[in-house]
Amino acid sequence: MSRTSFSAAAILVFRRDLLLAQRHWGQVAQPLVFFLMVTTLFPLALSPELAELRRIGPGILWVAALLASLLGLELLFRSDHVDGTLEQMLLAGQPLSLLALAKGVAHWTTCGLPLVLLSPFVATGLGVPFGAMATVMLSLALGTGILSALGAIGSALTLGLRRGSLLLGLLVLPLAMPALIFGARAVDLAIHGDSPRGPLLLLTAMLVLAVTLAPPAIAAALRISAE
Amino acid sequence: MNWAWLHKLASPPHAYRIAGNLVPWFAWPAGVLLVLGLYGGLVLAPPDYLQGDAFRIVYVHAPAAWLSMAAYATMAVAAAIGLVWRIKLAHAAAAAAAPIGASFTVLALATGAIWGKPTWGTWWVWDARLTSELILLFLYAGVMALRGSIDDRDRADRASAVLAIVGVVNLPIIHYSVYWWNTLHQPSTLTKIAKPSMAGDMLWPLLTMMLAFTLFFAVVLLVRLRAEILQRERNASWLRMELAR
Amino acid sequence: MQAAHFSRISAKGIEVWRGDRRVLAGVSLEAAAGECVHILGPNGSGKTTLLRVVAGLLSPEAGRIECNGQDTRSDRDAWCGSFAYLAHSDGLKPELSARENLAFETGLRRVVRGGEVETALADLGIAHALDRPAATLSAGQRRRVAFARVMLADAPLWLLDEPYTNLDRDGSVLVSAIIGRHLDRGGAALIAAHQPPAIPGHRTRSLELAA
Repeated sequence: MSRTSFSAAAILVFRRDLLLAQRHWGQVAQPLVFFLMVTTLFPLALSPELAELRRIGPGILWVAALLASLLGLELLFRSDHVDGTLEQMLLAGQPLSLLALAKGVAHWTTCGLPLVLLSPFVATGLGVPFGAMATVMLSLALGTGILSALGAIGSALTLGLRRGSLLLGLLVLPLAMPALIFGARAVDLAIHGDSPRGPLLLLTAMLVLAVTLAPPAIAAALRISAE
Repeated sequence: MNWAWLHKLASPPHAYRIAGNLVPWFAWPAGVLLVLGLYGGLVLAPPDYLQGDAFRIVYVHAPAAWLSMAAYATMAVAAAIGLVWRIKLAHAAAAAAAPIGASFTVLALATGAIWGKPTWGTWWVWDARLTSELILLFLYAGVMALRGSIDDRDRADRASAVLAIVGVVNLPIIHYSVYWWNTLHQPSTLTKIAKPSMAGDMLWPLLTMMLAFTLFFAVVLLVRLRAEILQRERNASWLRMELAR
Repeated sequence: MQAAHFSRISAKGIEVWRGDRRVLAGVSLEAAAGECVHILGPNGSGKTTLLRVVAGLLSPEAGRIECNGQDTRSDRDAWCGSFAYLAHSDGLKPELSARENLAFETGLRRVVRGGEVETALADLGIAHALDRPAATLSAGQRRRVAFARVMLADAPLWLLDEPYTNLDRDGSVLVSAIIGRHLDRGGAALIAAHQPPAIPGHRTRSLELAA
């Protein structure tokens, strides 16, 4: 009997979550539809003129992505907590922060990545020129990654609480504001033909920080919620 | 080194008594300094050559803003101590500090708005400092909401402790981001709340008010800490004896 | 195999509070290799809480858990490898089959050898449930799959919280027999149950908790 290595355990968790998402792809699609719908709200509320929408396009895109990601955070720990599999993961004898990281990456793959892939289409609807699409996708890829990390902490803290999803938004949105600032700024720069390097590098730095510091916090929060 | 005195401090009955004894030592100086600072700022200090008398609100606004951040730091440190060394009293202190800090934040926002009206004619601008204070208020709201949603006190303590620590780590990032964001969009009509360059006459009341507010924070914290202890220990025998005294 | 290294588990003076209520007041228990302790008591007396404290999921206000004389808190990951925990809930994902569930949960702890999952399920009389989603199984069948996880964990100490829930008579007999074989191999078991477990060939000691 040989103990499973840390990396093998992490890969097992990652693959299991992908398998579960595959069996539940209807649930996975909901944040994407929400993303589409929220972006549609703005032309309806403001104006159908693409020239006008282009000015605030980066902002709309990013706010919609943020809210859609919040919705997607529901899928991260809640069902595992309810059916007792989370508890078994706590007792597997593997470093919990590593398992949490694996779950976070799986979550981003099933939630953030589709959002990123959908974003060029949505951005076109907001008048964003083709030349800015790479920046749109890159900034959202980084931003949704940051949000997955921060949101996982909130999700772990609010496990099993009534109205937990509302509370989750309250906890996570302030922490996500820096990413919003730089992400929207990057897209704005790209639309005007300037280099978005500065904000993108800052987003990358924030992602690295989040991926490094969040897993221990998530692990601590999971243990607290499991008591 | 003998840590027994520290352990003694962490026990609720001792903390309750010590906090009670300390209150007058902080309260009287706080009151005196408050009166002194207000007199110095509102009466003695000369009007600013740019803003006239409107700048005087800084004597409340600046200390409130400073305390709102100091209170968050206090809460985070207490939460960390409670989490790492499992000291219930530290969690009680964090719980006591949160609403005080939130109130200072609201005060800073309100005085900021009051300052803004005569200066730029509107009640609110998305000035870097005000926006930063607003986000700080959201962070406080999050910690207090989380604590309130969890029925089990131990879990509530530890969960809000984790959140407070996550918040304090994020605070510099948020602060920097908001300042950077504000420098991007500088139409000529929008100016920051300019801290008037302070001559000595204007400065000493400000420092006095800072100290007065800090002492006031200590007083309210100690009183609220005692209330927290009362609530958490309400079934303990030591409390019944203490109240019978 | 770890059972060779396991000699005894002991809990000393465990005290747990939930808010203002004292759930466990100075509870102690001991189990050596080959022994089984039956934890009983009325609802709310803290049976599940005690097992969770032993498992390290819950930190007691006072008291310690020792395995082979060493405090289990000193190396939590190693301690987790020494026991298998069956909770009130089955701990199975409804969308995954028994095979997938067990391969995952066992695979997290140790490398799963070919055919092990099939054998375990066959031992519990549910070989047919191998590839069906757990949601389609009956409550009793799910409990057996959950118990199979305990068997596959290859751990010397079994912490079982109401293992007989939802099991029919055949299932209960099977489970008791498997526990008996586990004790024969030098393992130990702490069982929280309303009825005394009838383990063939072993007498169980009882620990009664007051409400």
